[in-house]
Amino acid sequence: MNIFKYFGEVFGAIRSLWAGMRVTGYYSIRPGKVVTQKYPENRKKLIIAERFKGEVIMTHDANNQHSCNGCGICEMNCPNGSIEIISNKITNAEGKSERVIDKHIYHLSMCTFCSLCIKTCPSNSITWGHDFEHAVFDRNKLTKVLNQPGSSIRKEIKEVKETKEA
Amino acid sequence: MDFNIYDFTSFTTWVHNALTSSMSPGWAMFVELAIVGVVFIAFYAVIGLYLVYAERKVCALIQNRKGPNRVGPFGLLQTIADLFKLLMKELIYIKNADKFLFNLAPFIVIIASFMAIAALPFAKGLHAIDLNIGIFYLFAVSSLGVIGILLAGWSSNSKYSLIGAIRSGAQVVSYELSVGLALLSIVIFSGSMQLSTIVESQANGWWIIKGHIPAIISFLIFLVASTAETNRGPFDLAEAESELTAGFHTEYSGIKFAFFFLAEYMNMFIVAAIAATVFLGGWMPFHIPGLDGMNHVMDYIPPFVWFMGKTAFIIFIMMWFKWTFPRLRIDQLLKLEWKYLLPLNLMNIVLIAFIVLMGWYIK
Amino acid sequence: MEEIFQDIIIKKSDDYIINMGPQHPSTHGVLRFELCLLGETVKYIIPHCGYIHRGIEKMCEKNTYQQIIHLTDRFDYLSAHMNNEAVCLAVENALEVEVPERVKYIRTILAELNRIASHQLWWCAFGMDLGALTTFFYGLRDREPILDIFEESFGSRLLHSFNCPGGLMHDVHPNFQKKIKDFIKYFRKILPEYDQLLTGNIIFQQRSIGMGILSKEDAISYGVTGPSGRGSGFKCDVRKHHPYSAYSKVDFKEILYTEGDTFARYKARIDEMWESLNILEQLVDNMPAGDYTVKMKPIIKLPAGDYFQRVETARGELGCYIVSDGNKNPLRVKFRTPNFSNLFIINKLASGNKIADLVAISGSLDLVIPDIDR
Repeated sequence: MNIFKYFGEVFGAIRSLWAGMRVTGYYSIRPGKVVTQKYPENRKKLIIAERFKGEVIMTHDANNQHSCNGCGICEMNCPNGSIEIISNKITNAEGKSERVIDKHIYHLSMCTFCSLCIKTCPSNSITWGHDFEHAVFDRNKLTKVLNQPGSSIRKEIKEVKETKEA
Repeated sequence: MDFNIYDFTSFTTWVHNALTSSMSPGWAMFVELAIVGVVFIAFYAVIGLYLVYAERKVCALIQNRKGPNRVGPFGLLQTIADLFKLLMKELIYIKNADKFLFNLAPFIVIIASFMAIAALPFAKGLHAIDLNIGIFYLFAVSSLGVIGILLAGWSSNSKYSLIGAIRSGAQVVSYELSVGLALLSIVIFSGSMQLSTIVESQANGWWIIKGHIPAIISFLIFLVASTAETNRGPFDLAEAESELTAGFHTEYSGIKFAFFFLAEYMNMFIVAAIAATVFLGGWMPFHIPGLDGMNHVMDYIPPFVWFMGKTAFIIFIMMWFKWTFPRLRIDQLLKLEWKYLLPLNLMNIVLIAFIVLMGWYIK
Repeated sequence: MEEIFQDIIIKKSDDYIINMGPQHPSTHGVLRFELCLLGETVKYIIPHCGYIHRGIEKMCEKNTYQQIIHLTDRFDYLSAHMNNEAVCLAVENALEVEVPERVKYIRTILAELNRIASHQLWWCAFGMDLGALTTFFYGLRDREPILDIFEESFGSRLLHSFNCPGGLMHDVHPNFQKKIKDFIKYFRKILPEYDQLLTGNIIFQQRSIGMGILSKEDAISYGVTGPSGRGSGFKCDVRKHHPYSAYSKVDFKEILYTEGDTFARYKARIDEMWESLNILEQLVDNMPAGDYTVKMKPIIKLPAGDYFQRVETARGELGCYIVSDGNKNPLRVKFRTPNFSNLFIINKLASGNKIADLVAISGSLDLVIPDIDR
C-alpha cells in the first residue's frame, strides 16, 4: 500500500469523525435546543389541536339536553361495533309514540378513531372530545355511556337536520 | 494532626504513626488495609453511580432531551433509586448454566476494576500503593476483567452471550497492545514506571504539551484503544444491543447485572484517570512558565480537584464518542487495531525514542 | 432455473442456529429470523413472519368500502395516508368518479409529507441499528413538525383515516399551507446535518458500502420495489411511471442508484427526502380552491368486476385489488404490500456476511412488520 494513501485514509477518517462530533457537540452545549416537555407539569398549558380525536363524546347543552334521536346510523357505520344504542319507545304529550335513547354506549377499548360515526351522524349529536388520558386499571371503565343521566332530547332536532341538509 | 489539602503525605504519615503507636505493626497494617478498603468501596459506589447519571445527562443533552429529572433535584438521586430497584429484583437462575462460574463472573469483573483504583494517585500523597512499576501493574490488572466477561458469556449457556464474550476476548486482547504502547511512550519521556514520579515529572508542564506531536498522537491512540478496552462507545461489540440484545450479560439480572454495569463505568473512570495522570499531569496544576500570577492562582485549586477535573474531561470525550459514532463490525475492529493503530503506535514509539535521545522535547 | 433453486435452504442437524426475534431490538417488531451461524458469519437466514397477522384482508370482506379505509392504516402505519389513498383511488376509479382538483393536490401533499416522516423514522432507526444512538432522537425530533401538521388537520398523528372514497373527510386546517412552508424551511436546513452525522462518517461508510449487493435482476424477480429497488437501478417509481393524483402535474426526479448495496439504498432514501421537499414546494402554493369531496351515496356498491390500483408508499409499491360482486361489501380484497416482497430478499443479501451486516441490511430494507403480516 502506498504510504501517502495510508496516511490520507487516516486523516480522511479523522476528518469525517470530527464532522459528526461537531454536530453532537453543537447540541451538547445548547440546553436551549431541548425539545422534551415535562408532561404532567405542563398539563395546564398543553396545546391540543381543535380537531384532536380523543374520544367520542355527546354534546349536551346547559339544560342537559342532547340532540341524539337514536337513529342508529353511527352504530351501523362503526366498523368495530364500538357503539351500541339502547332506545326506548315512549308516548309523548301528543299521544304519538316516539323513540328516545336510553343509553348510548361507547366502547373506547374497541374504537379505532376512524370518525365514521361522527361524519355520518345526521343530527350532529356526537363529536370528538379532547381528553387523551385514557389509562385505567379496569377494562370495564372504558365502556362509557355517552348521554348524561337525566338528559333528554332537544326538541328543535328537526330544524338542525334541515339546516344540515341545506 | 496536620491536614493539608495540597499535600496528603503528612496526613497519611500521621494516621500511620497513630496506628502503629497504639497497636502491633501487624494489626496496624490490617487496620490500614481495612480503612483503605472501606474508603475505596464508598468511592467506587459513589463514582460508579454518578457516572451513570452523568452519562445519562450528557447523552440527553446531545440528543436534545432533558435526561433524568424526577428523583431528587435535577434527578440526582435517580441512579440510587435504580440501584435499589436492581437490588430488589429477582436473580434469575439459568437451568443449564454453570452455576459456580455464572455467579463468579460478575465478581471477577468488579474486582479487576477495583484493583486498578489502588495504584491511582488522586493527589499528592493520596494513593493506596505507590508501586515502582505502577503502569505495569495497571496493564496487568485492567486486562483481568476480560476473564470475567469470557466466563460470563461461556457459563450462561446462551448463544448470544457466547458470541458477545468471544468478541470481547478478541477485542480486549488486541487493544491491550495499543494501550500498553501508548502508555510506553510517556514512560520513555519520563523515564519511570512509577506513577508518582511520572506526575512529578510534569510539574513544569504536562507531557501532552512537553511531548508535542508524538505525545498528542499517543494520547489519541490511547483514547481510542482504551475506549475499545472498556467495551464502550463505538466499540461496544461485546454487548452490541442491536445485534446481540445484550451480549455477554444477556442472562444476568438484578444486582449481578448491576455489577457488570457499574464495572463498565468504573473501567471508564480508571482509563480516564490513567490518561489524566500520564498525559495531562495528574493532580498537577496547569502552569505556564513565566506567568507567575496565573500559576499561583492555579496552585490554589486543590490537586484533587485538578485530578477529578481532568478525568471528567476525558470521560466527557469518551461519552461524546459513544453518542456520536455507529458501531464497528468485528473484522473492522480488528483491522483498525492491527492495520492502523499498532503500526502508527510503533512508528510513534520509534519517533519518541529518537526525540528523547536528541532532547527535542520541552524539558 | 438454477438461479431460483440456489435459494432453497438445506438445514443440517449440527447447524448453529440462533433465533433473532420475535423480540429483538433490531427486527423492529415481531419478526423472527432463524439464523445459522458459522462463527460470526451468517450461513443462511429463514425469515418467519405471521406473528402480527390480523387478517385484514378477510376483515375487509365484512366491511363496507368506507370502513375498509381505516383498516388499511394498520398495515404500513408509517405510510398510512398512501395506504388509504390506494383503496380510495380503486373505489373512485371503479365508480368513475372524478374527484376535485383540490383533493388531488391535498392527497399528494399528504403523501409526500408522510413519505418524509417515514424516511425520517427509517433514518433514525437505521442509525440505531448500526449503533449510532443519537440519530434516533434527531430523526424523531424532525418528524414532530410533520405530525403536528397532521394532528392539526385530521386530529391524529399516525393513523389518520383522512381519506374517504370521493375525497377527504373534511377540509384541511387553515394553517395547513403556512405550516408546511415553515417545515420545508426548517428541514432544508437540518437535512445536511444528517449527512454530517451519518452519511459521511467513515465507520458508517465502511459498514454500508459494498454490503448486501442486490442486483437489478434479483430486484425485479423478487419484486423489491421502492427505494430499496431503486437503489439497484430498478425503475419502479409508480409516481413517475403510472402517475395518480397530482403527480402528473409536478416535476420531480426518480432517484436511481445502480450500486445496489446498503449505501445505495440509504442514499436513495436521503435523496427522496430532498425530492419530496421539491414536490411539496411545487404543490403547496398552487393548491386550488374548491370542494374537499364529491357527494357519494351513503352505501357504495361497486359494479361487479375486479379493480386494481397501485400507489407508491414510502417502502415501495402497494397494490390494492378489489373483486366486487355488486354488493356493498367487496367479495375479495388483496393487498400487495411492499414489505412482504422486500423481506424475502434478505437471505440472498445477508448470507455470507456477518451478523452486524445482517442488521444493517435488514435496516436498509426498511421493514415494517405489520405490513408484512397484514
